[in-house]
Order: sequence, then C-alpha cells, then structure tokens
Amino acid sequence: MVELLAGVLMLSGAVMFLVGSIGLLRLPDIYCRLHALTKVDNLGLGLIVAGLVLRHSDPRLAIKMILVWILLLASSAAIAHLIARQALRRESE
Amino acid sequence: MSSTPLLYGLCAVALFAIGLLGAFLHSGLLTRLLAVNVSGSGVLLLFVVLAYQGAGQRPDPVPHALVLTGLVVAVSATALALMLGRWLQRPEQEPEPETEQDQE
Amino acid sequence: MMDSWLFDVVDALLALTAVVLAAMSVLGSDQKRSIVLFIAFGLLLSLIWARLQAPDLALAEAAIGAGLTGALLLSALPYSTAEKGACRQQRAWADIAFNRALRGLAATLIAGVAIAMIWALDDGRLQSVPFTVSEQVFGHLPHSGVGNPVTAVLLNFRAYDTLLELAVLLCVALGILALGQPSVPVVAPGPVLVLLVGILVPLLVLMAGYLLWVGAHAPGGAFQGGAVLAAAGVLLLLSGHRDAWLPGPRLLAAALGAGLFLFIGAGAAMTLSGAVFLEYPEGWAGAIILLIEAMALLSIAVTLVLAYLGGPPAPSPSPPARHTDVEGH
Repeated sequence: MVELLAGVLMLSGAVMFLVGSIGLLRLPDIYCRLHALTKVDNLGLGLIVAGLVLRHSDPRLAIKMILVWILLLASSAAIAHLIARQALRRESE
Repeated sequence: MSSTPLLYGLCAVALFAIGLLGAFLHSGLLTRLLAVNVSGSGVLLLFVVLAYQGAGQRPDPVPHALVLTGLVVAVSATALALMLGRWLQRPEQEPEPETEQDQE
Repeated sequence: MMDSWLFDVVDALLALTAVVLAAMSVLGSDQKRSIVLFIAFGLLLSLIWARLQAPDLALAEAAIGAGLTGALLLSALPYSTAEKGACRQQRAWADIAFNRALRGLAATLIAGVAIAMIWALDDGRLQSVPFTVSEQVFGHLPHSGVGNPVTAVLLNFRAYDTLLELAVLLCVALGILALGQPSVPVVAPGPVLVLLVGILVPLLVLMAGYLLWVGAHAPGGAFQGGAVLAAAGVLLLLSGHRDAWLPGPRLLAAALGAGLFLFIGAGAAMTLSGAVFLEYPEGWAGAIILLIEAMALLSIAVTLVLAYLGGPPAPSPSPPARHTDVEGH
C-alpha cells in the first residue's frame, strides 16, 4: 500500500517534469518559460522526494532528502531571477 | 544480463566516433575541445563498461580509479587548452614588459 | 527479477539520449547551444555512471565533467572566434573540394574505427575476461586503511598514479599562472546573487569537508570534494570577488604545491623506515591517506579555480597597481 502511494507520487513527479519540458518547448517567451519551468520542476522534485521518503523509512535519509529539496527551491528561484534579469538587460540594450 | 554492458559499450563507441568526427569537422577551438571531451567521455564509458560485473556483484574498482583520474586530467587539460587559445589570440601590441612582470 | 526488462528500457533510453545529446552538441553550429547541450550530456553521463554502479564517478562527473567543464567553456565563449564559414565563398573551388574530400576521408576512417571497436566488443570478451586484479584489491581491502575500494586503489594501491596526476594538475596551474589573463566579470552582481552565494558558499565548504571525510568508507573522496570547493570559488568569482579569496602569490604557490609535495614527502618518509616508496605501515594507513587527501583537496580546488579564472588572480582593479602589488608581496 505504501509502495503504491510512493510509486504514484514519484510517477506524478515525473509527469510534472514532462509538463515542464512541454512548457519549455511550447511557451512563447523566456519569462513564461522560466515561470513554468521553475514552478513545475520544484513541485516535481518535491513529489519525487515525497515518494522516496515514503519508500525508505529511514528518518535520517528523509531529512537529508527534504533538505536537498529546500536547497534546490532556494537556488532555482534565485537562478530563475538571474536569468530573467539578464534577459531583461539584453532586451533593453 | 549481458545486454547492459553491450548497450553501453555501443553507446561508448558511438560517443567516441561522434566526438572525433566533430573534432575533424569544426574549425573553432571551442567546439573542437567540446568534441574531444565528448570523445574522451566515450573512452571513459568503455572503461567503466569493462569494469561492470553484473547486477549483483561489486564492479572492479581499478578502472573506476583510472576513470576518475581521467576526468580530472581532462578538465584541467581543457582549461589549459582554452587559456592557450586565448593567449594565442592576444593583440600583438601587448607590451612585453607586462608579461615579464606577470611571471613572478 | 521480473522487472529486469524495465531496467533494460531505462538503460536503452539513457544510452540513446546520451548519444543524441552528444550528436546535437558536437555537430551543431551555434556554440552556446553546443555548450549547454554538453552540460546536459554530462549530467546524463552522470546518471549512466550511477547505473553502472560507479557512484564515485557519478559524483565526480556531475561536479567536474558537467559543472566545471561547462562553466569553463561558457566563460571562454566571449573570447572565441566565430567559425570560419563566412569567408567560404571567397575561397577557390579546389580548396573547398579538397576540404570536403579530406572531411569525407576523416568520416570514413572514423566509421571504420567505430566498426572495428564494435566488432571487438561483440567478440564475447566483455563477460569472459576475468579481472583478477579486482580479486586482489578486495582481498587486501581490509589492510588498506579505508573501506571504499576506489579510494583504496587511488590512494594506496595505485598511489603513484595519483601522485603523478597531482603533478599534472600542478603543471596546468603553472601554465595558467604564467600565460593566462584573468577574465573579469563584466556585470555587477545584484542582491539576489549575493544572497545566493552567501548561502551556498558555506554549504559547499561543508560539503567538501564531508566528501573528504566520507570518502574513506562511502563514495566520495578528495577529487569530488576538491571539485565542490572549486565550485564555491567559481561562485565567489561570479558574484564579484575578483580573486575568489585566493591568497597572495606565495601562499597561492604553497596551496598549489601542498598536495603534490606532501604526497612525495609522505612517500619518501616511508623509505626512512626501510619500506618501499609510498608503502604505508598498516596501522597508520588510514590517517596518512586522510592527510594526503586533505592537502590534495586543497590543491585540486585552487587549481580548478585558477583554471576557471584563466590567469593569475588580480588583487586590485587597475593594472599599474597590480604590478606594484606583485612586487610588493
């Protein structure tokens, strides 16, 4: 039962990544693409981490994985901001 | 379970060939370096494929150590090549004393 | 194993995607696109290493192969000349024909080599050649002072190779110090970048130390830790610290040579007690390996940061002041 839930979570995380890649290909603007990619990839990773945490019941491993997810949240948000800033600067030249 | 090594072995040969082809076809330093790096990755993949002993057994650690050494040497050689490429393109009116004072 | 076919599907997807990414990266004409695809290829290769049960290599490939090499290539992008395709119509037709013939010949030869390699692979020797050396490695692993077999091979059984590798790194660092011109970041960093670097650099330093310590009994080691520390240095460079907190010339030389000369010194110290060069006494092997790895981590990190910087670090902004600084140190 727990395995099934973990599998569903991880699979939906993978679907999130797929949706993000489709958004990367189909959206018109760099800003729209950044918006879609950052949100969807963070959520996708969160779902995969949740599935892995359910699957391996070691609490230390779970804490480590959640910390990795939080670190990725912070850094991907900052990186999206940096890319958008650079694109804005290039447009205004 | 003999299909995994063969599959990655074919992948390694393909990477080696693609990298070498790119190194011959391009004329700019950057893309050539990139292609040589891809070719080198193919060779390293071949090493690791030869070290793989199957799903349940521990792989041979000696090729792993050689590949690790190869990775680090590859990145430092790439850095040296890029620096030399930039040095070759320096403007010719760069004054010589500046170079002498840099060589501490 | 009823799900072994799933693994085969994953393997096929990984291998195919890696080859496609490599082809798109190498055979494309836009340089920036090629570099970004190369970084993606590096990450996929890291997954392949993990799939082939080589976690140390996966760590190293992600940090060094994809990360640092990609950053190096991207930082060299503004200085690279465009491909010489624009002036092709001005060249004589014989020139173009000769060029095309030469390229066709190269492609044919490479295809021939590839076919020969595939034939050698398929000869059945992949599974049948026993690697007897690995038996000896695992047999002597308890006496080596570490639990991770790759670290044992790198730092104990084949320590001489690692010593020579550190010498190669030192040569690269010397070359970059002698001939390089440091590349200057053009844009002033915004507050978000400064905050991000402020969070990430301490974490990266901690991770480098952890990788050094854990390399004795789990995947990790000096090279992975050195690459992570070098990533911290590259982040410092990108956020406006012109010299990435690198020390002055004398300390820099000391940091660069520390790994190699400590290695040689440790190996030579073994000969004092009658053993062969680099033959560690059994009780002390773990401690000696940790010490050598720590110094090697420092040297590797400083070398890779210098490699990204592209030249000797400039402590002050204007060139005349830099000359007096070099003499004043």
